[in-house]
Amino acid sequence: MLWYAGKRFLQMIPVFFGATFLIYFMVFAVPGDPIAALYGDHPPAPGVIETIRAEYNLDKPFIIQYLLYIGGLFQGDLGTTFSGRSVTDVMAQAFPITARLAMLALAIEAFFGIIVGLVAGLRKGKLFDASALVISLLLISVPTFVVGFVLQFIFGIQLGWARTTVSGAAPWGELILPAIVLASVSFAYIVRLTRASVADNLGADFVRTATAKGLSRRRVVTVHVLRNSLVPVVTYLGVDIGSLMVGAIVTEGIFNINGVGGTVYRAITLGEGPTVVSFVAVMVIIFVLANLLVDLLYAALDPRIRYAN
Amino acid sequence: MTNPQTVPVTPNSANEETPLLKIRGLEVGFETQRGVVQAVRGIDLTLYQGQSLAIVGESGSGKSTTAQAVIGLLPGTGKVLGGSIEFEGNDLTKFSDAQFSEVRGSQIGYVPQDPMSNLNPVWSIGFQVQEAIEANGIAQGKEARQRTIEVLNEAGLSDASERLKQFPHQFSGGMRQRVLIGIGLSARPKLLIADEPTSALDVTVQRQILDHLQTLTRDYGTSVLFITHDLGLAAERAEQLVVMYKGKVVESGPSREILENPQHPYTQRLVAAAPSLASRRIQSIKSNTSSENDLKIFGQGSLDDALIARAASREAGAKTDLIKVNNITKVYEIRKQGFRKDKLLAVNDISFGVKKGTTTALVGESGSGKSTVAKLILQLEPLTGGSIEFDGVDLAGIKGDELLKFRRRVQPVFQDPYGSLDPQYSVGNTIAEPLLAHRIGTPKERFNRVSELLDQVSLPQATRHRYPGELSGGQRQRVAIARALALKPDVLILDEAVSALDVLVQGQVLNLLTELQTELDLTYLFITHDLAVVRLVADNVCVMQGGRIVEAATTDEVFENSKNPYTQELLEAIPGANIKLGA
Repeated sequence: MLWYAGKRFLQMIPVFFGATFLIYFMVFAVPGDPIAALYGDHPPAPGVIETIRAEYNLDKPFIIQYLLYIGGLFQGDLGTTFSGRSVTDVMAQAFPITARLAMLALAIEAFFGIIVGLVAGLRKGKLFDASALVISLLLISVPTFVVGFVLQFIFGIQLGWARTTVSGAAPWGELILPAIVLASVSFAYIVRLTRASVADNLGADFVRTATAKGLSRRRVVTVHVLRNSLVPVVTYLGVDIGSLMVGAIVTEGIFNINGVGGTVYRAITLGEGPTVVSFVAVMVIIFVLANLLVDLLYAALDPRIRYAN
Repeated sequence: MTNPQTVPVTPNSANEETPLLKIRGLEVGFETQRGVVQAVRGIDLTLYQGQSLAIVGESGSGKSTTAQAVIGLLPGTGKVLGGSIEFEGNDLTKFSDAQFSEVRGSQIGYVPQDPMSNLNPVWSIGFQVQEAIEANGIAQGKEARQRTIEVLNEAGLSDASERLKQFPHQFSGGMRQRVLIGIGLSARPKLLIADEPTSALDVTVQRQILDHLQTLTRDYGTSVLFITHDLGLAAERAEQLVVMYKGKVVESGPSREILENPQHPYTQRLVAAAPSLASRRIQSIKSNTSSENDLKIFGQGSLDDALIARAASREAGAKTDLIKVNNITKVYEIRKQGFRKDKLLAVNDISFGVKKGTTTALVGESGSGKSTVAKLILQLEPLTGGSIEFDGVDLAGIKGDELLKFRRRVQPVFQDPYGSLDPQYSVGNTIAEPLLAHRIGTPKERFNRVSELLDQVSLPQATRHRYPGELSGGQRQRVAIARALALKPDVLILDEAVSALDVLVQGQVLNLLTELQTELDLTYLFITHDLAVVRLVADNVCVMQGGRIVEAATTDEVFENSKNPYTQELLEAIPGANIKLGA
């Protein structure tokens, strides 16, 4: 098991270099001169542009730019944005906010999704099940920004329970409403996954045997049905960690949150290579780690899965 | 029989008063979209403390449904529609869920059919046994753990204390069934329901487990309700028999009486078809120790005289070997933890021949290497050593057209009639597929050939347009045989081809195979774990154990004077082998 985890960590090295290289190349290949774009319609003196180019290494060939960036990376220097802030600073500000938002969303979707899915699966074909299916279908089909605006309107403006926008520091309390919006689609998928999995396991032979042993219904469901049903749900949650960390652009936009999504979006439009690449590299690492976590959780949930080689 | 009679069970001398289990007029139905389908249509059954009773019937007879109704575990939309199930005088059909969980485990134990799917794969063995002990209030905590070890030891797992933390997938099928028996008996219930407890196991394992179960239940004075399709097994293990057919009891009474003098036509057919009993019958004919009278009783039924006559008159003829296997060996490499590799000697230096137009049976338990031999002959796996000759040609170097030609002449039929047919392919397409693959005939000719094949395997022409899901197990196996025959092969390799079928259906398919053999001069290599079937169809037998052939002889020699201890063990293990017929 330890060997397996170690091997997976080693695999992250080529993934890291491959991803950063590709992203750096894409930013480089985007047409237009980022420095000229900074000054808009009033071009500065030619000497100034040359100086800035040299400062950001934009005058060197692509491969040298990339190697210089990687070299800096190993010295803890992720480069600077065009406005002069160090990328490390920007990351230190944006990632904790997004991480908080993602964790809240993950907790909400996992907790409520599994409970609703479990009850729906146990009462397959009954009213609760039918309503859960209809609601989850609605959440999946309605775009996130619609859900976002509707909740913002009801809870922020009509009821006044929450702030419509999140302040700069983004404390936990203010993030609850955005987290609900962010979690809504995944919640719907988790309900459906859990429901199908529970309904499936209820018909399993070992569940009948457990009942025949004289166990109470409650114990049969919690011990023998739920744990077996969680494997597909855990897979989904693991993949979702990644997309929650990255895909919050819409939600962050609606609630004016200063997180990862917005920062990367602005950096892409400005052509700030080091910023984009650094953010994406961290996202890639989060993705790979989340997948590793899922694989290890599998083994914990299902003893038949053991990673030897 | 319109009026199923009440079971005239004579109570044990000690218990004259209330029976342990008394079922009267029980009706069970399943709700479907087309209304209620009745699975059990008013059956009566009585079981006294300390007795054993077996319900026998084919699949769909309602025997398992009856057992599930007793323990309140009817699947899906199943419901008791009428009648009563009295357990110690209380009507179980009126029990609430909570009342039922009081009775389950502590009063009525249950041993399910399939050991592979009946233990939760994600919990350890110890946990699953201890859970049953604690739920029934036998013991808690440390004491329960101690009790768990005792229960498993009693069930025949001597190293239980070291294996408590292991998971079901680390146990063999036989071991898992012992665990399930342990669970079923852990709270010393008064009644144990054993629903086909060993039908998924090898014969020798089956025998050990049934012997063990018998000892345990006798020691504890537990009554046993067996559910089985195997009449031989039922007669051997239960004092009373109840024969069910289409949801009704057609005959009931003491086992020996029913076996020796079946009254109802269906029971007579069952008795006639049971391979275990049929092989006894052949023996009695061969050895001529039985009277004419016995022949009359047992000679009627679906596994009919033709088969018996054939078995009786067969000789190992002096024909030439069509398949010749010379000292073949097969080694598999198994990856172990880390980089180590273990070598598994699946087939160890074996030789045998299959004569043209005869049936050679390859018999052994799971893991003996018999299926590997089939794969090697079919050229589905490369040999590690030795050689295989077919019709005088060494198969070692053949490829391309030669290989295709070989494949046309040697066709397989596999065990699982559910898994080996493509559910999206109509029967007609399935049978025509080999023709298409080998580019034989025009569409019109292929169409006619399919019709001919359907006739040969006695399926109606309309079957052509149906799909495997709409067919019964026996019909599917006929389709599989038709597909194998499509290319007019010389050899059929039948890998457990009838093992998954009900006795009556098994009898029909065996009859069909025998007819086809005479008609088309086919050669069979018949791979099975079931010695009883072997006796009915095989001319020669090779008994395999641990990758070697431990005995090779004609069928009669094997069954009558085998000197090999392993063969004798297998013969002993045939259910019903110890029943004396016509004695």
